[in-house]
Amino acid sequence: MKSNFPFSKNQDPKDESKVFVPSRRDFLKLGSLVTGGFLLGVNFQCAGPKGETITFAPNVYIILDSDNQVTLVAHRSEMGTGIRTSLPMIMADELGADWSKIKIIQAEADQKFGDQNTDGSYSVRMFYEPMRMAGATVRHMLTQAAAKKWSIEASECHTENGQVVSSSGKTIDFGDLVADLQTMEMPKPEEVKLKEKSSYKLIGTDVAIYDAKDIATGKAVFGADVDLPGMKVAVVQRSPVVGGKALSYDDSTALQIPGVLQTVKIEGQGVPAGLDKPLEGVAVVADNTWAAMQGQKALKIKWDLGPNQSYQSLQQIQEMLQSVKSNGKVRRERGNFSSASGSASKVLDRTYVVPFYAHATMEPPVAIADWKEGFCEVWAPTQHPQWARTAVATALGMPEEQVKVNVTLLGGGFGRKSKPDYVVEAALVSKAVQAPVRVQWTREDDIHHDFYHAQSVQRIRVALDGQQNVSGWNHHTVFPSIGATSNPDELHPSDGELGLGCIDFPFEVPNIRIETHESKAHTRIGWLRSVSNIHHSFAINCMLDEVAEAKGMDPVDMLIGMLGEDRDLDFQSEIKGDFGNYGEPLDKFPWNTGRLKSVIQRVAQESNWKAGIASGKAMGFAVQKSFLTYVACVVEVAKDGNGALQVPVVHYAVDCGVPVNTDRIRSQFEGGAQFALSLALTGINFENGQVKENNFDGYSVIRMPQSPKNIHVHILDSQEKPTGVGEPPVPPFIPALCNAVYKLTGNRIYELPLKV
Amino acid sequence: MEDFSLSINGKSIQVNVPSDMPLLWVLRDVLAMKGTKYGCGQGLCGSCTVLLDGNPIRTCAFPVGEVKGAKIVTIEGISEAGDHPVQKAWVEHVVPQCGYCQSGQIMSAVALLDRNPNPSDQDIESAMSGNICRCGTYNRIKEAIQTASKNL
Repeated sequence: MKSNFPFSKNQDPKDESKVFVPSRRDFLKLGSLVTGGFLLGVNFQCAGPKGETITFAPNVYIILDSDNQVTLVAHRSEMGTGIRTSLPMIMADELGADWSKIKIIQAEADQKFGDQNTDGSYSVRMFYEPMRMAGATVRHMLTQAAAKKWSIEASECHTENGQVVSSSGKTIDFGDLVADLQTMEMPKPEEVKLKEKSSYKLIGTDVAIYDAKDIATGKAVFGADVDLPGMKVAVVQRSPVVGGKALSYDDSTALQIPGVLQTVKIEGQGVPAGLDKPLEGVAVVADNTWAAMQGQKALKIKWDLGPNQSYQSLQQIQEMLQSVKSNGKVRRERGNFSSASGSASKVLDRTYVVPFYAHATMEPPVAIADWKEGFCEVWAPTQHPQWARTAVATALGMPEEQVKVNVTLLGGGFGRKSKPDYVVEAALVSKAVQAPVRVQWTREDDIHHDFYHAQSVQRIRVALDGQQNVSGWNHHTVFPSIGATSNPDELHPSDGELGLGCIDFPFEVPNIRIETHESKAHTRIGWLRSVSNIHHSFAINCMLDEVAEAKGMDPVDMLIGMLGEDRDLDFQSEIKGDFGNYGEPLDKFPWNTGRLKSVIQRVAQESNWKAGIASGKAMGFAVQKSFLTYVACVVEVAKDGNGALQVPVVHYAVDCGVPVNTDRIRSQFEGGAQFALSLALTGINFENGQVKENNFDGYSVIRMPQSPKNIHVHILDSQEKPTGVGEPPVPPFIPALCNAVYKLTGNRIYELPLKV
Repeated sequence: MEDFSLSINGKSIQVNVPSDMPLLWVLRDVLAMKGTKYGCGQGLCGSCTVLLDGNPIRTCAFPVGEVKGAKIVTIEGISEAGDHPVQKAWVEHVVPQCGYCQSGQIMSAVALLDRNPNPSDQDIESAMSGNICRCGTYNRIKEAIQTASKNL
């Protein structure tokens, strides 16, 4: 296999000569010229011998060639959000390229591409402007080159469908200008003009994903589909308890299985497990997957299960339920909640419990490594290629320059595939057996050894004064922190985790106190699609629905009122720590109450919220800004003939700034509702430090018959900076569902999984 | 190890493998046909679905020794040019998100439409209930099947 990863559209071997692939070694020379993560100002020429195709790669994302091919580089990982299409289409729109002829290639891990950590719903947020600039810069040069050829002013030229067009109607293909481009100076950024929104042809429209046909024909290449000559397959038996160590093992039975070749011990680091380290285990290396899987089962390992072997997750819930009854560590304070509750006419006091969750990506973790002396090449479905590269280099004791990470399509990510533990496993086993190796996780491995969404307990107390106004809000939250996976001394939720839907409670309440409590992590805690927003949004929105009921108000009216005037909020003076704002300064991405009100009003209008609903059905409402995207949700529920819960209709209103690919925005919300319904109905439990669930029978994600049916996504026509949509659909769905279930059944939901 | 003669996508193919090896791994590891995916190993998720004499089966839990001369059709075999009405409908509706489960979804859909060219919503839900999509493309799958049923 050659170094250019063969997505099926790029398998033509001639591509190597035709396309200048930025991952080729000679490009590394340019690495030192990269500033600010983006290579936009370098005119790199790659002229072939006379008569051959020549290419022009003015930045790391765009390649033009004299055969009139425009190749765009996708540097973020495709796990189902459509980002491999949505960022290139931004470039193509500014460039004026013919989208139907665009070729997209996937970048390997390299700092020269800028941030490649495909996580936190920030690909579009972070790269909208750089992608526009990259495309506009090349457009600027193309119009300059054509104008010179035609002896006219560049201002008389524009680009469309892969050609420069003059005001008098002359046209020239981009490919015919490549030779001229090579002689030009790069323009200064201030010379480059971005297009007006009104002249976009792709941005703000439905653009089908680039890989749709490859997927529908089975040709798309996911992690496990990479095949190398002489490749072995390894399946690893890992410690059933995080922190366990293999004292000894007997592989004699495993080695008798036809196809099994050898075993390799993988050293874990015990406790803390770390976010990028493999777990302790024994790899069974075979010449096919089936043999390796059988070998895994045949291993006899004597474990020291370590300090987590007596951990019971339900017992920890009981402890957390106790802790929220006491005073915690105050993380935000406005006014004085104690006096508000002391003088209240009524205090609502409710506690909410949410279980652990596993990601259960359809493609279980898998990675391929080919270690050779002085160089290790990896192929992996990874959300964070650069971290995988660093982790592999560290584990092998090699400089990063000697590690190459190729990124395949990801069969789902949801945060799981940010962590490079499985990639490191492949590298270690490849080195041990001196051959290319695919480490294949089974579904049971995936369910048993995930980085789980943390289980949580929250207690919210709300004080209502004599006029039934909300005078106090006291939110206790406790859950093992992600940070504890690396540092066991982290016992409280971090500032970052509180920033996920808890600390930025936006409503006008005169007295607010937000407190956290201690809890230990006894497994690997990680981030899962929308992270702490999942449990925070559930508790807050369920409580607000109950508050509205206590006040005799419609929750939509109540919340609009409690948001007050349209304005930007600044929480910093009340927060005892940092308000992360998802890594963005508040002046650049303000927290605006008007935008939240707009999505609330829109979803109420579209769902006919005020008109009510036929008997036998009920609607529930919730609103949650997350990842800087404003979302309101109405969920309709009913019961089928067997008494099973049905979700016939869902309405979402979303303000994600300027919408980029409207089809993929809708698809993320359609899928987000399904993902969230699974979260509401299932969970992970630990007994004696080990996960009880094994596969999709015990950890039951929803199937088509239970799936929400008519999901309407109302995208606001926003002029604000674009923000992501991968995670924001999840948080408001679960409480909207629970609020609807209450209206249908009369039972308030305080604990997930939801039992109807 | 035993010799098996398999009929896959209209071709006769010989393999020498243990009889208990699931058909999935014969396809993927021995024959390098990568369109059929591993998802659970227990026949629970449907990612590995192929047709066996027209019936959808979960190859991850189907030993090659049980094939016994039946005709196997995989995602690679439902059309020459990727233009089976189901595949075309999948592209038209832009069904996939991550795409990993979609080979199996498509094979279940093909099996459904082969025996029931005009399925009701309930027929579709029933036939597709063995295929999990974690990204949640269920509604577009249903729409694509309805579109395909009009273009068979």
